[in-house]
Amino acid sequence: MIEIIAYIFIAVGLIFDLFGCIGLVRLPDVYNRLQASTKCVTLGTCSILFGLFIFRGFTATGIKALLCIIFLILTAPVSAHAIARGAHISGVKLWDKSICDKYEEDKK
Amino acid sequence: MKRKLRWVSGLLLIIALFVVIIFYPPASLLEWQSISLMRFFLILLLCCIFCLYRILRGPTPADRIVAIDILGILVVGFCAVLGIPTGRPWYIDIGIAWALQSFIGTIALAKYLEGKGFEE
Repeated sequence: MIEIIAYIFIAVGLIFDLFGCIGLVRLPDVYNRLQASTKCVTLGTCSILFGLFIFRGFTATGIKALLCIIFLILTAPVSAHAIARGAHISGVKLWDKSICDKYEEDKK
Repeated sequence: MKRKLRWVSGLLLIIALFVVIIFYPPASLLEWQSISLMRFFLILLLCCIFCLYRILRGPTPADRIVAIDILGILVVGFCAVLGIPTGRPWYIDIGIAWALQSFIGTIALAKYLEGKGFEE
């Protein structure tokens, strides 16, 4: 029973990963791709690691999986924000159907 | 016209890969754990192929850096899935170390993209 629950968690995480990567291919702009793929892939990988924790229980592997979840949740938004800021400063243009650009207004 | 052709060819490729993922390990041969693990690895490989497409094709350097970041997170998922059938405890150690290296590398690439030095 525990095994089935762990496999269901891993399958849900893989579906999130797949949708994030389809968004990485499909969407038209750097910022759209960043906001689609980073959130989906972070949550999906955390779900895979939580499935590993359920499968192993409170052994060394399971506790390391929990530590890895905490580490990913702390670091992935930071790196995504750094990439977005670097791309905006280096002059990557928005998609031509984008409506507003608040960061450009704030810099003036 | 050319754009519509590209759309249709890409959609057909993705549908073909899904059919391979669903039907490749014949369900009557093995038990359900090994079949589902094979499908998990195939789905992760499909995600990595999408990331490699964006790395090769991306118009700006920022696209490539985003794809490298996503690929680094996917490798952690690979290590977690590998920890289940083998039963070895050190695959998740590789995952933690890879997440750390990927975070530091992405921050360094973002600072490079920003065009300033590392002093601030």
